Amino acid sequence: MNLRTGNCLEANSWICGKFISTRQHELMAALGQHIELTVETVLIALAISLPLAIVVRNSRQASSGLLGVSTAIYTVPSLALFGLLVPITGLRPATVVVGLVLYSLTILVRGVLTGLATVPADVVDAARGMGMGKLRLLFTVELPLAMPSIFAGLRVATVSTVALATIGYLIGEGGLGNLIHEGLTNYFKAEVLTASVLCVVLAVVFDALIVVIQYLVTPWRRRRTT
Amino acid sequence: MAKKADDVSTVAGVVDWLTDSSHWSGSDGVPNRFVQHIGLSAVALAIAVAVALPIALWLGHVKKGGFIAVNVSNVGRAVPTFAVLTLLALTSLGVSDTSVVLALVLFGIPPVLTNAYVGIREVDPQTVEAARGMGMTAFQQLRRVELPLAVPLVVNGIRLAAVQIVATTTIAALVAGPGLGRIIQEGFATQNEPELEAGALLVVVLALVVEGAFAWMQRVVDPVRRATRRTPGASPPEPSLVGAASFVSSDGDTAAVRDGIS
Repeated sequence: MNLRTGNCLEANSWICGKFISTRQHELMAALGQHIELTVETVLIALAISLPLAIVVRNSRQASSGLLGVSTAIYTVPSLALFGLLVPITGLRPATVVVGLVLYSLTILVRGVLTGLATVPADVVDAARGMGMGKLRLLFTVELPLAMPSIFAGLRVATVSTVALATIGYLIGEGGLGNLIHEGLTNYFKAEVLTASVLCVVLAVVFDALIVVIQYLVTPWRRRRTT
Repeated sequence: MAKKADDVSTVAGVVDWLTDSSHWSGSDGVPNRFVQHIGLSAVALAIAVAVALPIALWLGHVKKGGFIAVNVSNVGRAVPTFAVLTLLALTSLGVSDTSVVLALVLFGIPPVLTNAYVGIREVDPQTVEAARGMGMTAFQQLRRVELPLAVPLVVNGIRLAAVQIVATTTIAALVAGPGLGRIIQEGFATQNEPELEAGALLVVVLALVVEGAFAWMQRVVDPVRRATRRTPGASPPEPSLVGAASFVSSDGDTAAVRDGIS
């Protein structure tokens, strides 16, 4: 279309270099907010889900109860979840983080529980036979062996959070979602497409980053993967 | 203390909103919004299954295209539903039933495709070999051996797609689409908390009912489970982990059985 004439703003083209160069700062600010939201969410969710899963894992009732609740939360559409949180946390940015943390929690708790459950019983027996205490067993044997599953959960949670955070615009904290919404109200195609593509790119970058981190912190798995 | 009074007034406000008869009639009344929501979701689910299932069954049978079949779910998760709905709204389709259904189908396909593919591929190769040895054609193997054995995962995929589609239909309200999400969206736009809460509650109930119905169906339609129940003395198979929306396969790598949230 009008890619080369530079008049893509007037023509309302989908792809518009001029938009990117003139609104650079706004794009970077939204991207920054999006990154901040995602990192905050995933770190908080991880900090809660790890101890939570470790505490409930030995009780069949507690862990199946926790899984049931997390499945139910996972089923609730984001728009409804944010809505239900409003009377508790108010119409402010914290509501977005709380909602996103809830979703990530459900994914991470499942990942940690699955990971811990797949640790072979004879490995645990051997470690006990070596005289390991509960804590040492957890940190030196069980958690390392649960890493693949924990990281799998971490990837799903992070990628979902990036996509989900866009809805946060409803409460004024949606990162790139703010731009998508603005583009929708102004019928500005380039703004919507640019923000959407940035969102997907961000998710892919985060995903790749976590894969790299997993590679770095689980050196014993490298030889096996060919 | 003040917090408690707030809670009471929120509940009272929601009850007032839900019992106000003016909210239950007309084109933006709850019944009409509900019918729109269910109608669009059902059409989209039917199309998504019709498109994804044959492809998944065939790919699973020939054991090819696994990378695509599994990763389509990862891609689906990374793309914000809100972005796709907005992009479609700005095309010549505008905000219409067509554009909303198109978006819903796009997000319904990945879970069906991935789960059905994994289900077929995981069928014991020796069983399929035996079927071939009996002289079954490829289609017969698929129809009479592989598909019945893969039913739990196939239905799991349809269930995840249904939940995903119901959730995405809710988001469609943000681009002025139809459905129950409109009540929530209007509540947000006018900062009318009782309306917002009432809408959210209705959507939650709908989502949980859909999830529950499909979870029930998943148990009922499994031919292996039915057969073992009829046979006296035979113990039913262990409830599989995949039924619980697990995304981690036995070797710890992502199998991406679950699609994204929306």
